[in-house]
Amino acid sequence: MNKTLVMGAVAYAPKVVTIWEGFKAWFDERGLAFDFILYSNYERQVEAQFAGDIDVAWNSPLAWVRAERMARARGLTVSAVAMRDSDQDLSSVLVVRSRDGAADLAGLAGRTVGFGAIDSPQATLIPLDHLRQAGLIAGRDYSARRFDVLGGKHGDHIGGEREAAQALMAGEIDAAWMIDGNYQAFANEGVLPSGATRIVARSGLYDHCNFTVSPGAPAELIGRFRELLLGMSWEDPAVRPLLELEGLRAWRPGRTSGYALLERAVADEGFYDEKGNILVADYRY
Amino acid sequence: MSPTIDIESLGFDAGAHLRLKLALQQLAVGATLTVHGAGQDWAGPLTAWCRQQGHGVDFNEAGGRLAARVTRGSVQAGRWQGALQTGAIDPKQPDAVRPRADPAWGLAARGATVEAGGPAFPFRLNDKATLWADSAAALYAEAVAGQWNADTAIDWQAEFTLPDAIEDAVVQVMTYMIENENAALIVPARFLGQLHPHYREVQAVLAIQVADEARHIDVFTRRIALKGRQPGTSTVGGQASLKSLLDEPEFSVVQFLLAVLGEGTFVSLLNFLHAHAPDPVTRQIARLAARDEGRHVAFGMAHLGQQLAGDPALQSRLINAVEARFDHLSGTSGLNEDVFDALILLAAGGTDSAAIATGYARVQGLLQDMARGREARLAKLGFAPESARRLAALHTRNFM
Repeated sequence: MNKTLVMGAVAYAPKVVTIWEGFKAWFDERGLAFDFILYSNYERQVEAQFAGDIDVAWNSPLAWVRAERMARARGLTVSAVAMRDSDQDLSSVLVVRSRDGAADLAGLAGRTVGFGAIDSPQATLIPLDHLRQAGLIAGRDYSARRFDVLGGKHGDHIGGEREAAQALMAGEIDAAWMIDGNYQAFANEGVLPSGATRIVARSGLYDHCNFTVSPGAPAELIGRFRELLLGMSWEDPAVRPLLELEGLRAWRPGRTSGYALLERAVADEGFYDEKGNILVADYRY
Repeated sequence: MSPTIDIESLGFDAGAHLRLKLALQQLAVGATLTVHGAGQDWAGPLTAWCRQQGHGVDFNEAGGRLAARVTRGSVQAGRWQGALQTGAIDPKQPDAVRPRADPAWGLAARGATVEAGGPAFPFRLNDKATLWADSAAALYAEAVAGQWNADTAIDWQAEFTLPDAIEDAVVQVMTYMIENENAALIVPARFLGQLHPHYREVQAVLAIQVADEARHIDVFTRRIALKGRQPGTSTVGGQASLKSLLDEPEFSVVQFLLAVLGEGTFVSLLNFLHAHAPDPVTRQIARLAARDEGRHVAFGMAHLGQQLAGDPALQSRLINAVEARFDHLSGTSGLNEDVFDALILLAAGGTDSAAIATGYARVQGLLQDMARGREARLAKLGFAPESARRLAALHTRNFM
């Protein structure tokens, strides 16, 4: 009997079921026995990768960082097998109001900056690190206000970023962090009225999610999985709706060169220790 | 040299993406566009937009000015590979209205380009040969022009008082008309929900027929209430006759039974009411409703004329349908006796012997007029004289 490749994914929204049921059927038609297990948070999913429950995980960048630390601490390895084209070379932007916003980072001193969920790489961890690198420490040089939606989802739920943008326009905070693509999305939604905001800072480039292979996963199945993913074509009408739901145009081979900023942020902000243990006290998931 | 645009200070929070999109549409996949900008940090949002749209981008600085080089990606073009073509707007153009409408065309406008892979809509009526009439667009336009406002087109304030028996007769006829118009509303409405919107001219005709019937039901109801009455009686025979129309699944057969035979007969009845009703309000209502019903008959005639020309076997199916309906209804009493008597009283205008004799003669004339009308329409559709006479006589005694 052929072994089934089991993937873990986090159910950050109802559409996750539609997406993976669609992928499951598509893989099945191509002879790859595939199933998935949904987790309510990335922490439990990464732990499952080391308990032998899942062969591969659809991981947030923060989950990747933790998996990599946990593997290293155990003398094991994990690898990134594939990722979305839309997850490479992202940046986060710090947005202020045009009329009274800070002119530069120094101008944020004494003001309130909005962040996303406590575990959001793009709206909290990398932004905190960006400001720290510029000499600005939360609580000392500026006030940080968190817009926490769904802990444990690592910021996948963009509600926190949207709430921060709304609070910015309502004058409740002086600046808000968001992923660059959401700046355009919130403008399209009218949350950020045309010309009412400007970008005062931009983070360095980083990568987002990847398929993280669990230690000891069956190499042949993983190889077939990767081959099928990379063969998915946007031009195929049967596949396009799944790619659209998952927010990509094409799968790319995985790379781990885009996580340096987050690695530094995790260390400096004390999110995980070197072994992947959770350090933040008020993290609920 | 690649084409160049300058988005100036237009931000990506203010629509700058459209400048890029319009310029890239002019280029082949793989070709490059040079973009200049003047706003603060325009390069960042441009990069994010390109990533989201699947275009490549890199930057260089020439002469101290930042330039983005955007390479058109294949995503947009890829979406339209294998897209479905769906005819054209003008029904007079050859091939504009397709013989079969693809379920996957869905709700798209006729002539639109439809992305492949969409849901299939199970519209049962998707075969032009079974539903089309070339004159549908013209009949719809005529119907739109002929719409009337019941509040202003009818003089509800007109003063009159009828003897109780005559007012009761009018109320009974209106009660009967509402029952029939309910069938005439529901039958096209049911087909409307099953009709592929590719055949939008037929869709429009059915839709406005439904609206016409709703208006008729409204004015008949208002006429009942005008003198404080409630509706009269409804019989098994009348309802059984109408139910047989609701039960018929074939569009052409329904057009034949309902429009050509039923509503055609109703036009005679409405003309009768216009001529002989005892009060001005009923006469006005009848005149306006007859005009609408005339169009419904015209569509049925146009549709069947075209169908019979293309499918001679349809004639025997229609004959069978009339005979089957006759057999089906043979155990019922047909026209509500109260309605028959009410028509006499209404046309009599009084209850003395002379008046009733006049009313009775007029109703006899009406029945003959109805039968002649049916026969004439059948003959016009190509039925042989003997067959036309026989079928006209087999038509339900309920009129519709």
